Amino acid sequence: MGLKENLHKLKKKYEGKKMAPAFNALHTFLYLPNETTHSGSHIRAADDLKRTMNTVILALVPCLLFGMFNAGYQHYAAIDETLRAAPLANFFTMDNFLMGCITILPLVIVSYGVGLAVEFLFAVVKGHEVEEGYLVTGMLVPLIVPVDIPLWMLTVAIIFGVVIGKEVFGGTGMNILNPALTIRAFLFFAYPTWMSGDKVWVHGAVERSKEIAGGANLDAISGETILGSYAQNQDIMYSLQDMFLGFIPGSVGETSKLLIIIGALFLIFTKVGSWRIILSTLVGALIMGLIFNGVISAGWIEESSKFYGLMNVPFWQHLIIGSILFGAVYMATDPVSAAQTNKGKWIYGFLIGFISIMIRVFNPAYPEGVFLAILLMNVFAPTIDHYVLQGNIKRRQKRLKVKTA
Amino acid sequence: MGLLSKKDAKLITDPLADDNPITIQVLGICSALAITAQLKPSIVMAVSVIFVLGVGNVVISLMRNIIPSKIRIIVQLVVVATLVIIVDQVLKAFAYELSKELSVFIGLIITNCIIMGRFEAFALGNGPWRSFLDGIGNAAGYGLILIIVGFFRELFGSGTLFGFKVLGDSVEKTGLYAYGYENNGFMVLPPMALIVVGIIIWVQRTRNKELIEEN
Repeated sequence: MGLKENLHKLKKKYEGKKMAPAFNALHTFLYLPNETTHSGSHIRAADDLKRTMNTVILALVPCLLFGMFNAGYQHYAAIDETLRAAPLANFFTMDNFLMGCITILPLVIVSYGVGLAVEFLFAVVKGHEVEEGYLVTGMLVPLIVPVDIPLWMLTVAIIFGVVIGKEVFGGTGMNILNPALTIRAFLFFAYPTWMSGDKVWVHGAVERSKEIAGGANLDAISGETILGSYAQNQDIMYSLQDMFLGFIPGSVGETSKLLIIIGALFLIFTKVGSWRIILSTLVGALIMGLIFNGVISAGWIEESSKFYGLMNVPFWQHLIIGSILFGAVYMATDPVSAAQTNKGKWIYGFLIGFISIMIRVFNPAYPEGVFLAILLMNVFAPTIDHYVLQGNIKRRQKRLKVKTA
Repeated sequence: MGLLSKKDAKLITDPLADDNPITIQVLGICSALAITAQLKPSIVMAVSVIFVLGVGNVVISLMRNIIPSKIRIIVQLVVVATLVIIVDQVLKAFAYELSKELSVFIGLIITNCIIMGRFEAFALGNGPWRSFLDGIGNAAGYGLILIIVGFFRELFGSGTLFGFKVLGDSVEKTGLYAYGYENNGFMVLPPMALIVVGIIIWVQRTRNKELIEEN
């Protein structure tokens, strides 16, 4: 008797009971369900919702592992600046990885624990099957928060995001907003001091500044993000190679552009992520960057302006700083909250990129706008689809008239 | 209830729950979002609206047979405006700080849809006593939601109730704050008021399925 048979038996035993959805969820999570359709024609396909979700998670694992190394690297490099001289040699060390485990695994555990608990609760109360929707969200959440975010804040935010962002609309597949970004937005508006600034991106920096305030004789450590430095018109201490490979402070999983590109290729190749959205988002970002560069070279803005630093970033560099790439690949492509029509996807993606860079430059409090732009376009996605559909219907009606006339 | 007949009592109890102006009729949302960041302004607003609607309903009801139907909206506006000015002046005289805090929203009671709604729907067709009860009931239903929302927003947003630091001092790090608790800045922003009202609507309709609208 294996686990599988036992689970089948348990499922039979609890059929129709209140706890049935919880058992069924565990069952579907581990194995293929043993029911088959009995009548009528049906299509066999290998890619169910669970497989789609797992593909995205596979694409995210490199980012998570890199984020663990980076958490340790940023922590030790902030204490000992000499490490930054040779990032490649000092990056993939056991110390870094252990530090990453200590700081990031709790985020992952809390994310999945709390999120799945809410999902199970709703499934049991409402008596429907547990949906797989949280699998990807649970992986995305630890990757888009600062490494030192307190766990209770994450808990509150996840409960809010899953309940208000998803369950009130009817659960997986019905949500208007991307749940992971809803969680991030909640954190950002509720606890802004833990989501921005120059301390939260490096493990231990907040703790250290408290000790210094308490009178300890230590050097302050800071981990200003690249966007933060640009926003204050400061010089950047990281090379382009560092930015591309990801040896920079930032949210846990968004720093390595190389790994995100690999993940993007994987998603496009498996046809899980829409290449139209990814491409058009990047195009939108580049065009907005070009416009800002144009404003600079036309001399419309003084060097003393507070927007000068970010406007002056060469347009293509916008793609390798901040989280635009991560957002374009893993967030904007969420099949539920994105536009559904092909033409709609182009518009939707383009506006995300365009607005992201606009907010990035003009937001005085927080120099990044990718999550706000995606949430905004999530809201507009059905409208875009509506007009694309109507346009199509009108065109075909015209054609019909010409033919019949 | 000895004082009121069953029919009259319903005029007060219905708007408190199953016919609530905010959660069921979805009226008066604007002020409910704007002034509920703290408990004290919520209560002052609730009391003000109870006064305006209670007295206003009686006045309109007394005049209902002599108001020409063509100009009734203007007459109603004059009555509300008079009452609101009285409230505004009283607040300015006796609670200046609060009146500054509530700023235009006291004046905006005039435009609160609940008030004109009750004048039109009830006071124009019923006697003064019943109109009075209806006014008190509806305004109390409105105030009840305001106070619930204000309670949660002040507690979680600022960690205080009526300005008392019930959760400890956030600057000195006493009470809950000593354990790393922090105020939820989102609660102070108006969008969160909308979400709190939404949650109240959700809870209410889950408890009483009859309230769910067909669409």
